[in-house]
Amino acid sequence: MQRWILRKKNHITLISAILIAIGFTSALAFKNEAVAVLALVSASILGIAPIAIQAYQALRVKVVSIDVLVTIAVIGAFFIKNFEESAIVTFLFLFGAYLERRTLNKTRSAIKELTEMTPESALKQMENGEFEEVDVDEVDVGDILLVKTGAKIPVDGTVLSGEGSINEASITGESFPVSKEKGSTVFAGTILDNGTIQISADRVGEDTTFGKIIELVEEAQDSKSEAERFIDRFAKYYTPAVLLLGIVVWLFSRNLELAITILVLGCPGALVIGVPVSNVAGIGNGARNGVLLKGSEVIGDFSRLDTMVFDKTGTLTVGNPAVSERVYYGEHIDEALGYLASVERESDHPLAKAVLEEIGGTTFSPVENTEVVKGGGITATVSEHRVAVGNVALMEQENVVLNEQAKADIIRFEKSGNSLVLTSVDGELKILMGIRDQIRPGVKEDLIKLKKLGVKNLVMLSGDNQGTVDVVSRELGLTQAHGNMLPEDKSAYIKKLIEEDQIVAFVGDGVNDSPSLALAHIGIAMGSGSDVAIETSDVVLMNSDFGRLPHALGLAKATARNMKQNIFIAVGVVLFLLAGVFFSEWMNMSIGMLVHEASILVVILNGMRLLRYQLRKNKAMKQS
Amino acid sequence: MKKATIQLETLTCPSCVLKIENATKSLDGVDKESVKVLFNSSKVKLDFDEEKLSVEDISKAVTALGYEVKKSQVK
Repeated sequence: MQRWILRKKNHITLISAILIAIGFTSALAFKNEAVAVLALVSASILGIAPIAIQAYQALRVKVVSIDVLVTIAVIGAFFIKNFEESAIVTFLFLFGAYLERRTLNKTRSAIKELTEMTPESALKQMENGEFEEVDVDEVDVGDILLVKTGAKIPVDGTVLSGEGSINEASITGESFPVSKEKGSTVFAGTILDNGTIQISADRVGEDTTFGKIIELVEEAQDSKSEAERFIDRFAKYYTPAVLLLGIVVWLFSRNLELAITILVLGCPGALVIGVPVSNVAGIGNGARNGVLLKGSEVIGDFSRLDTMVFDKTGTLTVGNPAVSERVYYGEHIDEALGYLASVERESDHPLAKAVLEEIGGTTFSPVENTEVVKGGGITATVSEHRVAVGNVALMEQENVVLNEQAKADIIRFEKSGNSLVLTSVDGELKILMGIRDQIRPGVKEDLIKLKKLGVKNLVMLSGDNQGTVDVVSRELGLTQAHGNMLPEDKSAYIKKLIEEDQIVAFVGDGVNDSPSLALAHIGIAMGSGSDVAIETSDVVLMNSDFGRLPHALGLAKATARNMKQNIFIAVGVVLFLLAGVFFSEWMNMSIGMLVHEASILVVILNGMRLLRYQLRKNKAMKQS
Repeated sequence: MKKATIQLETLTCPSCVLKIENATKSLDGVDKESVKVLFNSSKVKLDFDEEKLSVEDISKAVTALGYEVKKSQVK
């Protein structure tokens, strides 16, 4: 019976609305008091039933909920035979709850869309070799699964046979199809656009990358900041306090009407719901746009950011050094290039890869007597020629004469931030190459947007030499740039900033910078859905997309602002109502309930605005 | 100790959270510290002693408050 009444809440609301309409029409239009009272009494009794049941359930577990306040108030109204008020208050309370449910679902829609992408079934190979459809919970690590065109990949796994292209938008945020073949890794929650593949399950359920993202977002939307925990604690005692206040007022004034009015006005509706709706809408917007914000604490810190510290390689730059400039001296260059490639082919130095890529196809010769000169480069004998590959110091050591032209080139290359690779053959300089890490496309514009959003300092830290660092810094317009830094120097630097009372964010690739990520108030990982990045950081940019950083910051600021607005509205409404009771004639229970329910809807609608939040690109661009 | 995740019908009022929290915490065998009621995702997460009670008992306690249990998972 109880549950039946609760389930029929919507119907009850509707019927009570009709009864109230009948009551008022018969009273005002037909002057028929008897029918009016009958209608309003039935509306009150009908309406209070579900509220009273909830109140009873709450009291059983020792909670003084809003339902308790409303139930007592309505019973009180009955006592003083104010059936209009009792009917209207119950109706407004039920109708308000209905609207709350509807609108709350909207604020949660973004996250719901995400969780609904969770795969539910899989085609599993049974003992007889046939594939059968099973619930995804029944898939274990090591099982062999069949995925057909259009289906969701049910688990993280490795392709055993077949090929196809997969839309990995749910993991990377990038809706570009990625082709997969035998040996490729596939992720749960991604969609096989075409082809048929068989995979072996490597990770299942909540252990999959997608499962982790879902869990993180779910925890984030319900995580609570210090301020929210305070409101929660406050709300716990607030409702009983209102009840007590009502009783005290009644005992002293003997005015039951005033006492029950206080009960209704004291309902803490908007205050408790205001912050969670902002939170869920803000995090939902982020999830939809490839930005994972881990909870409201993070949003709060992030919105007050002073300094943003960047790792250079892999964050501001692409992380693949490439030859940007080269000069040849003298004759027999083709042979020299062949010797250089032969030497570099045997090296695992990061610059060697760039050199080889630049040279491309050539004839390789056997290399003998290879010697690595520490801090200099390599010397070797190739086809009976002495070849030296390395920096200027190595050339001097090899007694290679650098002419005026070469010296000028070297200075020019260094100035534009290149690392130098010089090649000499038999003591004669042949090739000079300048190697540089490319700046990620669009980074400059993104940094300007961050500045416009109020970040005071943009700092770059790097293990590279100061010259290279300065060039990148100048090109990007950073506030500060420090080179020659080891990971521990970076975290020491962050610590220093924190001690200066700055709010610091660190942006890194999440692997070798974990200490800095953990230490900064906000660790931002450029993770392509890698576990480390997801776990150690506070904000994750999906698919390593630097371009999402301004959106992340703007969103955090908008969400924090939204929370403040909601708290302001909620507190303002309570103060306004209380002032109304004591200083005005017109305040009564019905108006109080109406204003309350309206304020709840206002904070939910205000929160919903966050779902549509987009950084105004044009504004930032124009000013640059 | 087992970990239970109980999916409820959509929660709409924050006082529901308090009710469910108190109701589950009062059950014998539920680790009080572990009880987490997630308002936005409408889930209850808690650790419990499977020798003292089953996940069905916990679900029953929540249902008695008037909240429908949609799915429960134990691991």
